[in-house]
Amino acid sequence: MEVGTVVFYLIALLVVASAAMVAFSHNIIYSAFSLLGTFAGVAGIYVFLGADFVAAVQLLIYVGGILVLILFAVMLTHRITDVQITNRSAGVVPGLIIVGLLFWLLYETITTTPWAKAKEIAYAATSAKIGDQFLQSYLLPFELASIVLLAALIGAVVLARKEMKG
Amino acid sequence: MQAPIEYYLVLSAVLFAIGVAGVVIRRDVIVILMSIELMLNAVNLTFIAFSRFMGSVEGQVIVFFVMTVAAAEAVVGLAIVISVFRFRQTLDPRDMQLLKW
Repeated sequence: MEVGTVVFYLIALLVVASAAMVAFSHNIIYSAFSLLGTFAGVAGIYVFLGADFVAAVQLLIYVGGILVLILFAVMLTHRITDVQITNRSAGVVPGLIIVGLLFWLLYETITTTPWAKAKEIAYAATSAKIGDQFLQSYLLPFELASIVLLAALIGAVVLARKEMKG
Repeated sequence: MQAPIEYYLVLSAVLFAIGVAGVVIRRDVIVILMSIELMLNAVNLTFIAFSRFMGSVEGQVIVFFVMTVAAAEAVVGLAIVISVFRFRQTLDPRDMQLLKW
């Protein structure tokens, strides 16, 4: 096997193993920290796919932003002593049947569709092209995204602050 | 070396299935929010894979919008979780039925 294939399998293993930890670990602190492995591994796959800028943004937004946010929420809502009790699960068998069916459907679709052969493209920096797209064809969605973020910011402050009396 | 697109799609399908399992099976709102992030990551992976194999940059642009929505969803969702936890001392979605009648 080539080195690239081995590295791909290692990263895929990291992604899947830590995702399984996130979803099935009975200690929520482990769940939250395993999310780091998934996000970093997905960023590695992006590098494999030649999406350098997206990989950097993935690390910045997900690891630097969302993961820290989730860790804060975990620390604020769980007492460290009773993490085992608060992390229950229910309805395992029907849930797993649904998930198995869903995965089977996805897998069948992926393996039976005749995908076009990959074009051989040289690895090149993508940030300039992405910037062009943002300021030309996707200008309106880009501005809307900033409004969405502003609304989320204000909404989070309003929801999470202490209620003032009087 | 470029692995065929099926590798990336199957990896993405596995990640998505794990995320669905987390949402369906677990009874903890924060784990459910984390599993939603897993599913969004799986979808992003699919977008990037197709963007690469079709030789177009538009899939990467869509990924930025997905990331924006994911960040907004995480922020508002966790704010709601903290707010509910402060009043009810619970994280079980079955106990959060304020809006049901």
